[in-house]
Amino acid sequence: MIFMSKKMVMSGSEAIAEAVKLCKPKVLPMYPITPSTLVPERLSDFVFNGELEAEMIHVESEHSAASALFGAYATGVRAFTASASNGIALMHEILPIISSARFPAVMSVANRTISGPINIWNDHSDAMSERDQGWIQFYCESSQEAFDTILMAYKLAEKENVSLPVMVCIDGFALSHVYEPLQIEDQKKVDSFLPAYKPENHLDPKNPKSFGPIAFPNSFFEFHEQEQVAMEEALKEIPKIHAEFKKEFGRKYGNGLIDLIDMKDAKYALIANGTSVGTARVVVEKLRSEGKKVGLIKLKTFRPFPAEEIRKACKNLKAVGIIDRHVSLGSEGAITLDVKSALKEEKCKVEGFISGLGGRDIDTKRLIKVFETLKKGEKGFWLK
Amino acid sequence: MATEKLKFNKGAVINEPGSTKKYKTGDWRTFKPSIDNSKCIKCGKCWMNCPDAAISKDKNGFFVIDYDYCKGCLICEKECPVKCITHKVEEK
Repeated sequence: MIFMSKKMVMSGSEAIAEAVKLCKPKVLPMYPITPSTLVPERLSDFVFNGELEAEMIHVESEHSAASALFGAYATGVRAFTASASNGIALMHEILPIISSARFPAVMSVANRTISGPINIWNDHSDAMSERDQGWIQFYCESSQEAFDTILMAYKLAEKENVSLPVMVCIDGFALSHVYEPLQIEDQKKVDSFLPAYKPENHLDPKNPKSFGPIAFPNSFFEFHEQEQVAMEEALKEIPKIHAEFKKEFGRKYGNGLIDLIDMKDAKYALIANGTSVGTARVVVEKLRSEGKKVGLIKLKTFRPFPAEEIRKACKNLKAVGIIDRHVSLGSEGAITLDVKSALKEEKCKVEGFISGLGGRDIDTKRLIKVFETLKKGEKGFWLK
Repeated sequence: MATEKLKFNKGAVINEPGSTKKYKTGDWRTFKPSIDNSKCIKCGKCWMNCPDAAISKDKNGFFVIDYDYCKGCLICEKECPVKCITHKVEEK
């Protein structure tokens, strides 16, 4: 077996599988769904080949996958699952059970819209619909970022003051199926960055404990509050882990919460997450070459929401446009709502642009239109 | 449980076994059954049918109700062949 770092060309899904292998999970409850299928496919190859010593459980649904993920963590081992779209929706019931038990699970999401009408293509409605369930959420722009984020996700989740599960989101097809050069790190280096998992609590007949008990009105509130405190802790830990990652592996994505691109003297900016950040980079570069003072804020971490970072970044802007690949029907995009709340005391105008629903392109032409709208002081709209 | 000071362990983990015993479900009771031993034939049907195992046998072979756990379902009253079990509305 070769344990040296190597450069390969891989899809976002395969990058995730490679990273998960290096994190050595012991249990993999998996249920394939487009466009996440390549993740369980590669992981089952690794188990079959003997490259990864883990129990792959072929569950009968995503509800069972999430339940087995809970069970695996109750036994005190590192575990992993992957899903998308309606698979995430089917997990909905179990997601807050995992987070309230404070199990540091990691799951990858190949973002795909939630049907219906039936649609297998990318938007963020699957993960965004779970934003309130106590899971940390990272969004990735490239295969390399997906790989790196998995390593950081386990490290963050397993911090004692955090102890919350993490979703690592990659755009379905736009990243899950896109092949890019990927630096696969050496096992020894990964082991030193991410030491073996030591559970605080686990099932043990010699030391009996109960997991997932009932909490009455006299205690439920306090347990929920503890999760909120842990989210606030995560907000502090993410930049620290990010700095540590950069020191070890030489790569960084802003400070782990957000990344600022051409924001120094910018008057107008976009906030985007996932692969649309790549397109926005091209647009910002083009407009900058024409002398326009525009910038880009990449939102890497969505939960916990880095409100203070966003506020600082937008302080001197005239207007900011949000590229939301999701809409809370009857209201606005999830990111737009959070940014509006973060900037309530700032002069910067916030305009939401519902974009890319059900796999609609977010191309350079559309993003240039967003900048033109901001400049004219007009309202945000559905970027069809 | 209500009398103990609440501890909010991380992840709501309960660190010691047998915690259910501390949870006195008798609090739920609306109807309070009682047994008239002068009529009781010691057949044990109440004991057999109690879904909460809240009825036990005393040293004289009579049956006693543990009101800490009796939820007042009144199955015992229904099952008693000599009608020695009756109930009142619980007063708290």
